[in-house]
Amino acid sequence: MSLLQVSDLRIWDGITGNVFVPNSSFELKPGSCLAIVGESGSGKSLTCRAIMKLNKRTIRQSGDILLKGIRLDQLSEKEIGRRRGKQLYLILQNGMRAFDPTSAIGIHLRETLVHHYGWSRSEIVDKMKQAMLMVRLKDPVEIMNKYPHQLSGGMLQRIMIALAIVLEPDIIIADEPTSALDTVSKYEVMEQFVRLRENMGCSMIFVSHDLGIVRKLADEVLVMRNGSIVERGDASVLFSEAEHEYTRFLVSSHTALNEHFKRVTGGPVYVNR
Amino acid sequence: MLIVDRVDKSYRKGGFFSRERQQVLKNISFHYEQGECLGIIGESGCGKSTLGRLLLGIEKPESGSILLKGKKAGGNRAGSGSISAVFQDYTSSINPYFTVEQAIMESLGIGRDRSSRRDNHAKVDRLLKHVGLDPHCRTKYPHELSGGQIQRVCIARAVATEAPCILLDEAISSLDSSVQMQVLELLKRLKEIDKLGYIFITHDIQAAAFICDRIMIMRNGQIEEIVSTTQLMDVQSPYAKKMLQMVIS
Repeated sequence: MSLLQVSDLRIWDGITGNVFVPNSSFELKPGSCLAIVGESGSGKSLTCRAIMKLNKRTIRQSGDILLKGIRLDQLSEKEIGRRRGKQLYLILQNGMRAFDPTSAIGIHLRETLVHHYGWSRSEIVDKMKQAMLMVRLKDPVEIMNKYPHQLSGGMLQRIMIALAIVLEPDIIIADEPTSALDTVSKYEVMEQFVRLRENMGCSMIFVSHDLGIVRKLADEVLVMRNGSIVERGDASVLFSEAEHEYTRFLVSSHTALNEHFKRVTGGPVYVNR
Repeated sequence: MLIVDRVDKSYRKGGFFSRERQQVLKNISFHYEQGECLGIIGESGCGKSTLGRLLLGIEKPESGSILLKGKKAGGNRAGSGSISAVFQDYTSSINPYFTVEQAIMESLGIGRDRSSRRDNHAKVDRLLKHVGLDPHCRTKYPHELSGGQIQRVCIARAVATEAPCILLDEAISSLDSSVQMQVLELLKRLKEIDKLGYIFITHDIQAAAFICDRIMIMRNGQIEEIVSTTQLMDVQSPYAKKMLQMVIS
């Protein structure tokens, strides 16, 4: 029984009639991590936002999206609003833009948690404190009193993960969460994603064009190109025995950099899963 | 060719009347030889891009000096024989009302000269081919091109100035990894054919190791270490060691 089932998803522009995603179907098993890889413009983000019904109004979609047997595509805006965050949690690429710039982090977190659970102030601070310590953010209370521009991109992404720990969503959709980060923060955020999967066993859809990260995290991989899924399979198999020419091209351009780096630094210094 | 000597730079923190200043660069000194590729790596906020702007002469150092072939950087009018640049944000680096041809012509500095028009036409063709673009692209506008293509146009434009050194400030960071690889290959090829030198500012250690001869590691506005790429495994400082271990491959 799959947790999320997407069948015959079609996304097109309602004004010009351009089709972005012609027909894609996939499913997410409970506790597993599905990675979507592909170049920019291949429809990865559109697919993610279609699941949450967050695309702009001019962009239309059809097809069935089933979450635990409930048709998400047929829900009203109000009903899906209650599910966003609590059941489907979205982590975006740019942490800076994901938070409200005019209010402190704590206010934003409180609004979200009150909306979904109606907890009291002290309860929220307590739970957030624990979660933030879990993602290695020191001094949680001080961070909650700060504004987004006072924190670094890596810290903001880890706050997003901490919020996910408190909300306990069914599915986390992470749309290029590490692309805007530098090497050090990327490593720290990835470490938290790996721990999140180990500790909570939550299901995840992970969108990225960085194959190194995908290899570290994903169980299954979808390769998208120009809106269609060109290949799918087990993460371990796909990297060594890609069938589609395009997948092989992606893998080869990744390994070229990697091989060179390994040669220069003299062997694998990284931590493998 | 380029000598940087004890450069300091700070910015005003807070409002316009604030006295508080944040030190961005502290006591930076290094040499850059013509034709070499120097990588500058570090976390975000460590002052890499500020250093890049100082080298280009867009901003002036508070103390210390930056000498380019014996002359002060940014002293004369920008252009002739100094450093050209390619930036990260490709959506805003070409005037949206310019075609590819106009963008490259502008940096040739001879766009208005009617007599040499045919020369220029051939020159643009050659430059576009040189960076792996179809000459038919010349009539297109930036929004009609993909990110990788625009970055190629920017590189063509930088090459057109015939500057001996190109500063690339996170030029490949916002591209897809497969396109990143193509651009890196292009840069490597140009380096061999044209004997171009690069100053390659990035946070991607793997990309820096791929293309650079020497790598400078920065931390909190100071140079932590400068190593040649072949000796990258022998970095001394603990910070650099830690950074190398954090690469996810």
